[in-house]
Amino acid sequence: MSTAQQTLQTKIQTVKDTLDAWVREVVAWHFDPATGCPFWLNYASRLDWDPRKEIHNYADLEKLGPFQDEWLRGGPVRRWVPKGYEGRPVYTFETGGSTGVPKSRINIEDFRLDYEAFSETLPDEYFPKGADWLSLGPTGPRRLRLAVEHLAQYRGGICFMVDLDPRWVIKLLKMGQPKMAEAYKQHVIEQGLTLLKAHDNIKCLFTTPKLLEALCEKVSLKKLGITGVFCGGTEMTPQFHRFAVEELMEGAYFAATYGNTLMGLAVHKPREVEDNYAVIYYPPSPRAMIEVVDPDNPDRVVDYGATGRVRLTTLTKEFFMPRFLERDEAEREPPCEQYPWDGVRNVRPFSKLQANVVEGVY
Amino acid sequence: MVHIPILRHGQPYKSLDVSVVRHHQTREPFVEISQANAGLIRKDLRNQQAAREKLAKFSTAELLDICSRAAESFLNGSLPIGDAEQTPEDYVHQVSATTGMPHVMARRNMTKIHAALAEAGNVLNGLTRNLDWELLDQGFGELEGKPLSFYPRTDSLGVVLPNNSPGVHSLWVPSIPLKIPLVLKPGSAEPWTPYRIIQALIGAGAPPEAFCFYSTGHAGSGEILSRCGRGMMFGDAGSTGVWANDPRIELHGPGFSKVVIGADCADDWEKYLDVMVSSVLNNGGRSCINASGIWVTKHAEKISEALAERLAGVGPRAADDPEAQLAPFADPAVATRISQLIDHGLAEPGVREVTAEHRSGERVVELNGCKYILPTVLLCENSDHGMANREYMFPFVSVVKVTPDQLPETIGPSLVVTAITADPKLIRDLVTSANVDRLNIGAVPTTQITWDQPHEGNLFEHLYGRRAFQRAVAV
Repeated sequence: MSTAQQTLQTKIQTVKDTLDAWVREVVAWHFDPATGCPFWLNYASRLDWDPRKEIHNYADLEKLGPFQDEWLRGGPVRRWVPKGYEGRPVYTFETGGSTGVPKSRINIEDFRLDYEAFSETLPDEYFPKGADWLSLGPTGPRRLRLAVEHLAQYRGGICFMVDLDPRWVIKLLKMGQPKMAEAYKQHVIEQGLTLLKAHDNIKCLFTTPKLLEALCEKVSLKKLGITGVFCGGTEMTPQFHRFAVEELMEGAYFAATYGNTLMGLAVHKPREVEDNYAVIYYPPSPRAMIEVVDPDNPDRVVDYGATGRVRLTTLTKEFFMPRFLERDEAEREPPCEQYPWDGVRNVRPFSKLQANVVEGVY
Repeated sequence: MVHIPILRHGQPYKSLDVSVVRHHQTREPFVEISQANAGLIRKDLRNQQAAREKLAKFSTAELLDICSRAAESFLNGSLPIGDAEQTPEDYVHQVSATTGMPHVMARRNMTKIHAALAEAGNVLNGLTRNLDWELLDQGFGELEGKPLSFYPRTDSLGVVLPNNSPGVHSLWVPSIPLKIPLVLKPGSAEPWTPYRIIQALIGAGAPPEAFCFYSTGHAGSGEILSRCGRGMMFGDAGSTGVWANDPRIELHGPGFSKVVIGADCADDWEKYLDVMVSSVLNNGGRSCINASGIWVTKHAEKISEALAERLAGVGPRAADDPEAQLAPFADPAVATRISQLIDHGLAEPGVREVTAEHRSGERVVELNGCKYILPTVLLCENSDHGMANREYMFPFVSVVKVTPDQLPETIGPSLVVTAITADPKLIRDLVTSANVDRLNIGAVPTTQITWDQPHEGNLFEHLYGRRAFQRAVAV
């Protein structure tokens, strides 16, 4: 084993130990009647074992079984608020609300902590401290709306916003009105352009892949003074990644992300030639983990490089979501020097569910 | 494995997103096709005028010479296919591999495209009704002493292409001598023909900038059609329906082509059996110009029996068999699904399958691991029946009983109608019917086309508008 490999192995083990210790702390918090939330305390009351005594590490989370999608749909949303945070202002963020009851996740400070950690991965040269931001993405009850604004503020900037309701876009498409959906997109882009032209200090942009394309069709990012683009919110393919870097960025930095309301934000591995624009993400360990599992046997993590369904685990004191099966699939990516834990490559909608998903509409 | 790149105004571009098409028989990966993301298409189509200016520098006569040279190289030359070379035999095998089309049919279609290129001058004459080509170059001129002026309605023609038969590609070829650049989206399993035509034209001297070739998904197709000033779209009723009210887009949906035998000729039906058989069977029944209906006022039972007897003799043969008349389905599951749809339709009273009595086994058969649907003849008691007006991509025909007074009102939209009649009223009614696109009077197979006649709309009129024009003598 080379020295580099040995160093990586040491890092992997250190991270694993940190993760296991964090799991014990989070489980102790959520299943303690003094600090835990009603949902998990109620859940524990139906068990004939005590999670605080039986869960010693990350792998032991298996004992709790998979987290069910339906648990997050509908109220009372307060059952998710840990007693340890009683009296603190609570946000609720939503996801999956295009049809039926959306999933809700409560938030107190998580979005700030996640985006502050993410801020450390952004190069100051391209996302200058003190520069203003434009957020051109989904707003409303989405975590992104507040999170991007916080990111801008945390870096000393002010965030300009434009309204965007993705549920309306999905509805228009389902109603067979693609032209109206396009008109709505242009309405969003025009507002963004107005802000970009009126405020010289906007140098950083958050947007989605489709809106980035639409914006670059109208204007040169370089001419507008944009030096860094944080892009996410929907599926991103290697071909889009390449197209954005080669043909849209004009020298600006492209920071791709994968995230959602339930997990937080996964950062993109810095681009390397041998990755050939594969979109590789690493979760913010130990606050969240992403695994790739066998769709037919979700207890089995697939081998490195193999394809499987994405499984999320969120481990914060605000929100505990062990082993949630996402509606995405990906390849399992090995740990790397910068992120010595498992990542995912080329996340896309889970093929077995794809017929029911309207993806990437905004 | 052969890789087919995207062409961005003639420049090859290898995408990171590729689709792999399998050989219809072995199911092994056969070709990798670069897929264009919608944003890339949008970016390229921002400046279509530059491509048109490149093409407009040529005279119509020069472009027709290019077409003529391209015809030869398309038929006989070795042409680039990605980083490789493609001989004519390679082309035939490749078309067959991904579509299932027997070699003999692929070769026949090849000669059809050769003719469309070689005869481009005649095609242009047919489309423009013999306009002087210099008038097209200059944009104005005189015809029989009257001033005329035409202007291009678009800087490009966007075409969303099908998989069914290479012959359809002859329809967009005239765009080049008409000086309108092409933006092509090939069928997912048949990129071979449009790519080869483009390479033949570039090799013959056409400016590469005049050709965009984007294999892409639904969103990319939409971008092509919405961003080109004029478009053509091939597809089923579902996919073409979205563009039904957009006059910029010429739609090529199902043909529902028919042979109609008037009451005056009905007793002589046996004389026309060959025309009926070839209308149904030519090109494996894969074209929109194949007859899927034979509408008769008398002798429906006898006609359907005779047709069934003739068509029952047609069975599957190997892809390289020169006698092959049927194509297997590239996706075997599609054959099963179509056959089930037919069975479902047959459950409705008022129809029966006549071919069932002329074959020993099932409608779907297998040969060398490929699935075929055997020619199928139905007899419908009336034109309202759900199976009276159906079209599938194999030799399928409904013989439909009608009364003389129901013709032609009940036939519905029909790409080609061969009317076997000398009845002046029926001929007049067909001539004035908005449901009939191509009309053959007499015993002409629906599949027989002539190059000087427009097909499903006149491409010249689609691409060019006529303006009022006056010129002072002193100028």
